[in-house]
Amino acid sequence: MTVNQISVFLENKPGTLTTMTGLLAENGIDMRALSLAETNDFGIVRLIVDDVYKATTVLKDGGFIHSLTPVLAVLIPDEPGGLHKVLEVLTGAGVNVEYMYAFLGGGDVDHAYMIFRVQDTKTAGAALGAKGIKLVSQESIAQI
Amino acid sequence: MEHYYQPEIECASREQIKAWQDQRLVRQVQHVWDNVPYYRKKMEEKGLSPADVQSSDDLYKLPFLTKADLREAYPYGLMGVPLKDCVRIQSTSGTTGKRVVAFYTQADIDLWEDCCARAIMAAGGTNEDVCQVSYGYGLFTGGPGLNGGSHKVGCLTIPTSSGNTERQIMFIQDLSATILCCTPSYAAYIGETMKEMGLGPDDIPLKAGIFGAEAWSQEMRRDIENTLGIKAYDIYGLTELSGPGVSFECSAQTGMHINEDHFIAEIIDPETGEVLPEGSQGELVFTSITKKAFPLLRYRTRDICTLTREPCPCGRTHVKMTKPQGRTDDMLIIRGVNVFPSQIETVLLNHGYSANYQIMVDRVKNTDTLDVQVEMTPEMFTDNLGDVAARQKELVEGLRSMLGLTAKVTLVAPKSIVRSEGKAVRVIDKRKI
Repeated sequence: MTVNQISVFLENKPGTLTTMTGLLAENGIDMRALSLAETNDFGIVRLIVDDVYKATTVLKDGGFIHSLTPVLAVLIPDEPGGLHKVLEVLTGAGVNVEYMYAFLGGGDVDHAYMIFRVQDTKTAGAALGAKGIKLVSQESIAQI
Repeated sequence: MEHYYQPEIECASREQIKAWQDQRLVRQVQHVWDNVPYYRKKMEEKGLSPADVQSSDDLYKLPFLTKADLREAYPYGLMGVPLKDCVRIQSTSGTTGKRVVAFYTQADIDLWEDCCARAIMAAGGTNEDVCQVSYGYGLFTGGPGLNGGSHKVGCLTIPTSSGNTERQIMFIQDLSATILCCTPSYAAYIGETMKEMGLGPDDIPLKAGIFGAEAWSQEMRRDIENTLGIKAYDIYGLTELSGPGVSFECSAQTGMHINEDHFIAEIIDPETGEVLPEGSQGELVFTSITKKAFPLLRYRTRDICTLTREPCPCGRTHVKMTKPQGRTDDMLIIRGVNVFPSQIETVLLNHGYSANYQIMVDRVKNTDTLDVQVEMTPEMFTDNLGDVAARQKELVEGLRSMLGLTAKVTLVAPKSIVRSEGKAVRVIDKRKI
């Protein structure tokens, strides 16, 4: 079970990120999670949103280059060792995490959510499922 | 062993070649005078008549033709025969303005195909070979020219045209193609696709490639030769003069022999128009001395190169031209190095970027800086920062090996480089010298 992450290419100059967030705001798109990676010249903003189709359409029309990547959205108990347990499972399954980032979900105070970008989402998802770790679906992301 | 298509012509003595040129030029000038009012008027403005051209030594007197003339005379103004005597047109891509449409009689097609046949045999081709023509077919001269040449040599010809790369590779493998004709960038792409398919040079029977229609570097030649396991030969031509095969490389791979029985080449100073001595770098000018339908006299190619008549180990006696170093209209001098936007474009395209780019030149603390801004494309973009940064670095390396200097590469958002209706503004030179 994966969710679609939208990655957007941002030229490194003042106002680019604002233009993009403005575009999403105008179109009523709700961001669930966001992470930014950058070099001196350019950046990549990674987004989890409530409506992927609408978001990619307005980004495309707005002239932003983007790509879709399936990632795992994992529900992690907000307690010491919560993340560690998830990583142990992934390591045990031989899955390499390319990058990850956290976000908080709506009114749920007992859990944090984390996005994991891995090459093999199937193996990773199955390994986590087998250990009772909950993954969040695209549908539930929209409703958080 | 060296193969020739027409050894008596390709290896003729210099005296014989001069005699052909003298006789054919005089005849061609008369033909143009009689049939092409546009050029006749140019001659009359200089006070010339056919009597002023007694041999190729008098060529320098004749007026030049430029791309602007071709546009002005479009479509029929430079024709030398009635339309009913023509059997074909070919056309340029029109990337630098209005398309050029060239006309051919059957005899013009024959001599063009002869030129291509010479190129194929110079690359080692014989009637035992299987020649895959992966140039585009249609208005573009690449496909039809090499297709005709391949027939004349007697090769089994596979007219795949360009595109559908996996099928190209399948034909090369299944039908044992030994010679590949396409643009160098497409050859490189075929090589990349082979790698992705897990195929190496030993998995395909190709032995030679004939690549032209765009600028390519020696580095690219070596890369293609290694990836495909072949010898890669350059071929040069212009639609205005017929198409590919105006000149071609032989086994020596040290320049392209110009088919001097059909074309007289001159090198001129692009500023003054004065003819330069052999060995000088300058603008290449061609006079077509046998073609009847579209007989261009002293056509300025805008390509910068050098000619040499030094004996060639292949036995051919026709003059050799170097690979064009660029175009007259757009050369930049950066830190003392001659840089042509076309070279930068070649590198960008070879690395999978689009041709939407801008070159910014500036001078910071007495040193020239070169910044190449190129638009990101959906195909090049991934969510992985490292991958995108690595591709950017590869591009810097590619530019360094092509230009011999370090450029900064900036990836910019799509459509952020201003589009132009006419010729694109590729270069912004902010230096105040």
